[in-house]
Amino acid sequence: MTPSLKKGVAYALACSAIAGIGLAATNPYHLQVMTFIGINSLLALGLNLLMGYAGQISLGHAAFYGIGAYTTAILTATYGLSPWLSLPMAVAAAALVAFLVGMPTLKLSGYYLGMGTLGFGMIAFIVFREWDGVTGGASGFVGIPPLAVGPLNLSSGRNYFYLVWGVLLVAILVCRRIIDSRTGRALRAIHDSENAARAVGVGTMHLKLQVFVFSAAVAALAGFLYAHYVSFISPGTFDFLMSVRMVTMVVIGGMASIWGAILGASLLTLLPEWLHAFSDLEMVVYGLIMMGVMIVMPQGLTRGILDLYERARERHER
Amino acid sequence: MLQVKNLRCYYGRIMAIKGVSISVRRGELITLIGANGSGKTTLLTAICGLLPAWKGDISFEAESLKGMDPPAIVRRGISLVPEGRQVFAPMTVLDNLRLGAYTRYRRREHREIEQDIAQITELFPILGQRADQPAGTLSGGEQQMLAIGRALMARPRLLALDEPSMGLAPLMVEKILDTLVRLKADGLTILLVEQNAQAALKIADRGYVLETGKVVLQGDAGDLLSDVEVKRAYLGKDYEEFYDGRG
Ligand SMILES: Nc1ncnc2c1ncn2[C@@H]1O[C@H](COP(=O)(O)OP(=O)(O)O)[C@@H](O)[C@H]1O
Ligand SMILES: [Mg+2]
Repeated sequence: MTPSLKKGVAYALACSAIAGIGLAATNPYHLQVMTFIGINSLLALGLNLLMGYAGQISLGHAAFYGIGAYTTAILTATYGLSPWLSLPMAVAAAALVAFLVGMPTLKLSGYYLGMGTLGFGMIAFIVFREWDGVTGGASGFVGIPPLAVGPLNLSSGRNYFYLVWGVLLVAILVCRRIIDSRTGRALRAIHDSENAARAVGVGTMHLKLQVFVFSAAVAALAGFLYAHYVSFISPGTFDFLMSVRMVTMVVIGGMASIWGAILGASLLTLLPEWLHAFSDLEMVVYGLIMMGVMIVMPQGLTRGILDLYERARERHER
Repeated sequence: MLQVKNLRCYYGRIMAIKGVSISVRRGELITLIGANGSGKTTLLTAICGLLPAWKGDISFEAESLKGMDPPAIVRRGISLVPEGRQVFAPMTVLDNLRLGAYTRYRRREHREIEQDIAQITELFPILGQRADQPAGTLSGGEQQMLAIGRALMARPRLLALDEPSMGLAPLMVEKILDTLVRLKADGLTILLVEQNAQAALKIADRGYVLETGKVVLQGDAGDLLSDVEVKRAYLGKDYEEFYDGRG
C-alpha cells in the first residue's frame, strides 16, 4: 500500500468511526461528552502545532478560545448577526490579537512567548469578567443562538456532534498538510536547531509568528463551536487553569503528534467525568493520574502506547 | 564579489573581531585560518546575517548586507556550511536537502529542486543511498557531506564553510577538500574557514591568517604555506600548534 493510499484508508476509517459512534450513541450525555472531546481536541491540535512543531509554548491560549466565544456571542446575541458571518470575524479577531501579542515577544528568542501569553491570558480573563456591559461580566453571557444551516437545526446533540467532529477532521487534514509541507519541514528544523534553521535561510521569527496566529485562530474556532453549543458562556471557562489544561492535553497526549492531541484531549475531558465518584479526593486522584502517566510514559500517551504495542509484538514473536 | 571592510563584531561589550578587512573575488577559493577562538566563526556568522551586531561594512556584489536577515542573504547567494555541521538529526537526509532549498520553494522551482537533489546525490552518492534515513544516523563525514549538499541546494554563488574537516579522519578530510576543488572548477566561489592550515592552504588561491580577531598575515596560499614551513622549521612545531600555544 502506498503511503497516500494508507492515509486515505485511515481517514475513511476515521470518518466511518465517527459516523458509527454518532449513530450508535443514544444517550445524550455520551454525545455531549464526545462533543466536548471534539472541541478540546481542536484546542489541543492547534496548540500542538505551536508546541510540538514550532517549539514554543503559550500559557494564555484560553484567551483565544475566549475571544472566539465572546466575539461570536456579542455579534450574534447582541447585534443579531448570523453566526456564519460572525465566525470569520471571531477567528480574525483572535488572529489579529495573536499577531499583536506574538510580534514583540517572538522577536526575542527563548521563552518570551510563554511569559507574554501568560500575562496576556490574565488580562483577557479580567476583560471578560469586568467588562459587564459587553461580556455580561462574572455572571456570564446568556442567550447565544444555536447554529442552523437552512432548515437543518444543528442544536440537537447528534447533529452538533457531527458538526464538531467534521470540523475536527478537516482541521486534522489541514494540519497534516502544513506539517508535510515546506513550512512543516522548516518548523521541524526550528524545533531541532533554531540556529541551523536560520543558517539555511528559514525566517524563524516569521514562521513562529505564523504558527502562533494559526493556533490562536484554531482556538477561536473551538470557542465559536463551544459558545453556540452551550449557549451560555462565563469567564471561568477561559481562565488560566484552562490554558494550563490545554498545555497538559498536548504534553500528556504526546507532542508533535496529531493523534496525541486527540488522546490528550480525550483523557482530560473524560477524567473529571470519571472521577466524580471520588468527590473530595477528585483533584488528588486527577493529579496522581497525570503524574503517573508522565512517569510511565514521559513521551506522552501516543509514544507510550506505541511502545507497549511494539514490546508486546516482540514478545509474541519470540 | 565579497568585500569585508574594517569589520568589528561584539558579544555584549567584548569585541571578538577587531577591524578585519578581507575580499573574495569571483571564482576564487579563499581560506581563512587561525587558532581556536581567533574569531573565524564570528566572521562567518556576521557575513551570513546570523550575528546582528556588527560595525564596518560587508558588501556582496556591490550591495551592502547591513541589516539583512539570513533569508535575504541566502537569497542573494551566500550559503553557509555551519561549524559542527548542524544537520537536522531527526529529519531524513532528503528532508535536510530540501530544507537547503527553503528559500527557493517560494519561487516555485519544484522541478529544478528535484534536479538539484539528483545532482547532489551524484556528487555524494552516499546521500542518495541514505536518502530516507534520519540524518543523525550518518557518520561524521557523511553528515559533513550532507551539510555541504544542503548548502548547495540554495544554489549559492558563494559557499562559506566553517571548519568542514573538524573531527574527521584524514581520508575523509581529503575527500571533502577534493569536493571543494571540484566545486571551484565548476565555477563556485568558496570561502573556507579552517584550523587545519596546511590542508586548506594546499587547495586555496589566497589565504588570511586570523589571530585574536585581527588579520595578522595574508597573501598567496603558496607563500603562506611556505611561511608555515618556515615557522615549523624555526619552531619545530606545526603552525597550528604554534598559534594554539599563543591562543
Ligand atoms: N556566543 C558568544 N558569546 C560570547 N563570546 C563569544 C561567543 N562566541 C564566541 N565568543 C568569543 O569570541 C571569540 C571568537 O570566537 P570564534 O569566532 O568562535 O572563534 P573560532 O571560530 O576562530 O574558534 C572567542 O574569544 C570566543 O570566546
Ligand atoms: Mg569556530
